[in-house]
Amino acid sequence: MFVWSIQHAWLIALLPFVAFALIGLFSHKWPKISAYLSIAAIFVSFLMATIIAGGTFLAGEAINYEVAVKWINMPGLQVDMGILIDGLTAVMLVVVTLVALLVQIYSLGYMDKDPGFASYYAYQSIFAGSMLGLVLANNFGQIFVFWELVGLASYLLIGFWFGRNSAREAAKKAFITNRVGDFGFLLGILFLQIIFGTLNFTGLAGEISSYANTGLLIVISLLLLAGPIGKSAQFPLHVWLPDAMEGPTPVSALIHAATMVAAGVYLIARALFIFSATPEAMIVIALVGGFTALFAATIAIVQNDIKRILAYSTLSQLGYMVMAMGIGAMTAGIFHLMTHAFFKALLFLGAGAVIYALQDEQDIWKMGNLNKSMPITTWTFVIGALALSGIPPLSGFWSKDEILLGAFAGGYTGLYILGTLVAFITAFYMFRLIFVAFFGKNQGGVKAVEPPKTMTLPLIILAFMAIVAGFVGSPLANYRFADLVTYAGAVHYDPSLLVMVVSSLVAIAGICLAWLIYQKQAISAEEIKGKFSGLYKLLYNKYYIDELYHWLIKVFVDGTAKVLFWIDIYIVNGFINGLASLAGSMGRLLSYTGNGQVQTYALYMFAGIIIILAAILFGGLAILL
Amino acid sequence: MANFPILSITLFTPVIAAIVIMLIPRKNEQPIRLVAAFATLVSLILSVVVFFGYDQGLGGLQFIERIIWTPDLGVTYALGVDGISIPMLLLTALIGFSAVFASWQIKDRVKEFFVLLLILLTGVMGTFLTTDLFIFFLFYEVVVIPIYLMVIMWGSSKRVTKEYAGMKLTIYLLIGSAFLLIGIIMLFIQSYLANGTPTMDIFALAQIGFSTTFQVIVFALMAFGFGTLLSMFPFHAWSPDGYAGAPTAVSMIHAGVLKKIGGYGLIRIGIYLLPAGAQIIAPIIAVLAIGNIIYAAFICLSQKDLKYIVGYSSVSHMGYVLIGVAALNLISINGAIIMMFAHGVMSALFFALIGNLYEKSHTRNIDELGGLAHQMPKLATGLMIAGLASLGLPGLVNFVGEFTIFIGAFGTYKVLTILAVSGIIFTAVYILRTLGSVLFGPRREEWDHLQDLKGVEMIPLLVLGGVIILGGILPFGLIDLINSGVGSLIAQIGTIQIGGIF
Repeated sequence: MFVWSIQHAWLIALLPFVAFALIGLFSHKWPKISAYLSIAAIFVSFLMATIIAGGTFLAGEAINYEVAVKWINMPGLQVDMGILIDGLTAVMLVVVTLVALLVQIYSLGYMDKDPGFASYYAYQSIFAGSMLGLVLANNFGQIFVFWELVGLASYLLIGFWFGRNSAREAAKKAFITNRVGDFGFLLGILFLQIIFGTLNFTGLAGEISSYANTGLLIVISLLLLAGPIGKSAQFPLHVWLPDAMEGPTPVSALIHAATMVAAGVYLIARALFIFSATPEAMIVIALVGGFTALFAATIAIVQNDIKRILAYSTLSQLGYMVMAMGIGAMTAGIFHLMTHAFFKALLFLGAGAVIYALQDEQDIWKMGNLNKSMPITTWTFVIGALALSGIPPLSGFWSKDEILLGAFAGGYTGLYILGTLVAFITAFYMFRLIFVAFFGKNQGGVKAVEPPKTMTLPLIILAFMAIVAGFVGSPLANYRFADLVTYAGAVHYDPSLLVMVVSSLVAIAGICLAWLIYQKQAISAEEIKGKFSGLYKLLYNKYYIDELYHWLIKVFVDGTAKVLFWIDIYIVNGFINGLASLAGSMGRLLSYTGNGQVQTYALYMFAGIIIILAAILFGGLAILL
Repeated sequence: MANFPILSITLFTPVIAAIVIMLIPRKNEQPIRLVAAFATLVSLILSVVVFFGYDQGLGGLQFIERIIWTPDLGVTYALGVDGISIPMLLLTALIGFSAVFASWQIKDRVKEFFVLLLILLTGVMGTFLTTDLFIFFLFYEVVVIPIYLMVIMWGSSKRVTKEYAGMKLTIYLLIGSAFLLIGIIMLFIQSYLANGTPTMDIFALAQIGFSTTFQVIVFALMAFGFGTLLSMFPFHAWSPDGYAGAPTAVSMIHAGVLKKIGGYGLIRIGIYLLPAGAQIIAPIIAVLAIGNIIYAAFICLSQKDLKYIVGYSSVSHMGYVLIGVAALNLISINGAIIMMFAHGVMSALFFALIGNLYEKSHTRNIDELGGLAHQMPKLATGLMIAGLASLGLPGLVNFVGEFTIFIGAFGTYKVLTILAVSGIIFTAVYILRTLGSVLFGPRREEWDHLQDLKGVEMIPLLVLGGVIILGGILPFGLIDLINSGVGSLIAQIGTIQIGGIF
């Protein structure tokens, strides 16, 4: 079964595409059939992924299987469609298929009665297929193709409720912001192809190790990095992700929290052989990630929309992962990617259950008292929040600890302190959310009830994963995860009790502070807000970065467009029209020669004959040719 | 089968149908449409047969037909296709077939419309099928007259009047062709002086080693002539106005294939006959190409009329073709031809759908439209496919062209290619803004009366949309064919370096 699954791993990505085609061509009139087709496809993919990952986990040695077919092929350029299976792929396959499967099941309840139910599942299938194609890719060309296709799925699903102006704008913003990143990414790929003549990961790894021009390598690394900065919403291209919350909540859980936004982190891991060749590039990665982690966490403190809090939290955690890559803790970064996928998907789906129960209410201050009416949702949500805060022995604890350990033991003291600070802030804003929304006084009029089983079952499964998924990378499993997901030149540090204790303590401190302010109300939130009103406004308005971008686009892009249009109409076109009128006046000038007088014409004829005779006499016939 | 004149039949079926239509009384509009549809279907089927029947292993010119026409001038009715011309033939046939159905609703002078349309199609196809410069030029001139008449008779006046648009289109085409004619005559005379026998045959002309100075002069003339046809910056002004004024079918054919004669000619005649001239002039073309890509993309951002947006967008996309041609290597030229095919299909789909929408809503202003995905989901799907293809989404055929061009051009022009790649951002901006404001947003009651695509209106969407998707998923079918043609062209020139500076 294991060998068969690996050899047919292309099916994992293909099946969802088949489901998409079937829905689009045949079953779109029958919503339920469309949904079951999509779920069936992802379920088979999930089984195969589990077999592959399970087999890899149990196998004694590292798996490395690669096969490909030619897709674009001409002398000097070859782009394949292939699969590359190693520990990293295996982990990603399970994460993606499991979360996608659970989200699709959950959506049966959440999207019930939506008029676009069938299209929703069609888009979900495009997403799943593309994401899996991206994960399986064995070369940069293929990864770029699927990279853009997950972007398409994201665009379609953010704008799923296209009747809302806000959804339309958010979808557009997401696509265009990502395009800016992909511009750099594509240039990086062009450089790789021109210099090394291949886009295959294995082939490139061999070439790069012996490539001496480090300056160019830094340029290439930074260009490639632009892709992950867009896709994983790192500063300064982070602006699209919070707006992407306009999409249905299960979409936010799957695409904008667990999987697609993690593709950037995955790409850095996959291409680490390029980045790690130059320490300069690694530092940039670490700084971008670290900065985003802190920056986004501070914004999350003051947001009031439950999905936006989670969105900024996602930004922050992605920053954590990117930072891990930059400090060379690739294993820890991917480990955190995995645990984060489970607990963040859980948190989003929990938020979705609340929004569903409260009829589209998203303001945490209008919620409250949900622990009584929605116990399953509440307690699974709390588990997710504890995991995210890094409370032992939940999954987030193990993975976050690995990253902090990497920073601490690797000598990145500044980043270690930053990471610890972010851990504190994370615990604080998560429990602010929980105490206000779930345990606060009931503010709204709507009576909440627990959602149907299709929605609670995924919550329970994800809560289970949020608890146990960390063990694979813990001392309890002898760090088996680290043996699977690693790269040449990786350093493994012995666990540090100090790091563990400190990170747990700051998380607990964050929770306690949130409890004091929002539950016990021993400290007045209003008073703090009043004291730091400038800072509060800055954070609440997300550092005014959106405003800045809007202004830049309006002035520079649209301004240039207007100026160039004016130039086109009056100068370029005017020049051509000028030529035309010049020709016209020449014509009028020449028209004087055709004055209708026979004598004049006779004179011209005579002159012409003289010239021709002269030409024949003196120049020979050749001149006429 | 060997002697079956498949190319002549493909070529002249539309003209025969035009004659048949002339014999049909003008009241019988449905039979007229059906004859036109049948003729274009025959051409399409035969083109597909040629596409799959061409033996890539053998390579070279195939399905050859030769009839000596004017021996004194060396003119031969010579037809033949290879990996460069087959995609263009197929493109013409696809768009011709779709254009008939996009014109199904024409009410005014149906008979004349389809007669002119069919003659136009034969003219365009002829330029791609012949290997004789004289015949090439002849077919090219055949195109001009129907275009002019169709624009002024069935066109629409918005920013400019249709008469102005038609005249502008025609004059630009004629000025371009005047330069071509000078170039062709110079080639003819020079070869006559060198060989003593008159010939207009491309392959015979290629055997003559023209001096570099001569090549530069003639290539410059050709680049100007073909460049104007391809709407090379700054000679692009005809394109947006012309497309906006033209009726749907003319916009489809003009943006879809007629323009591509420019790119095709640059490669087939310019580079092939005058490689040394090409090498010297190419950097200028590459710089102008960036003008096309960036300048036109920005102008798209300021446009409100859907046809102007697609018109300027097509100017922008031709920049990719131009830089691909100018980079003068196998990969970039392969890319340029894929791009021509891809852009042709995509822009024809765009114009077909915009025409359909305009017919029903009587506006093309994006501010007046909005939320149309509520009332017209099929039209919305079609516009999305065309739009996403236009912004180079992988999985659709345009991406393959762009990607290949970028790789090829990057080896020759570093900075210019980086600028060209930045076009993917601006294209995404104007395409998504346009689609967003036309298709999405709240439902508008004033458009509730609009009917979604149905019946024959679906045909352009199914045919062209299908090709866009198929070509994007299975690009190798197209690439292998094109590569066989370009490969042999490059091999014959021999002097052009493949690869880059690194």
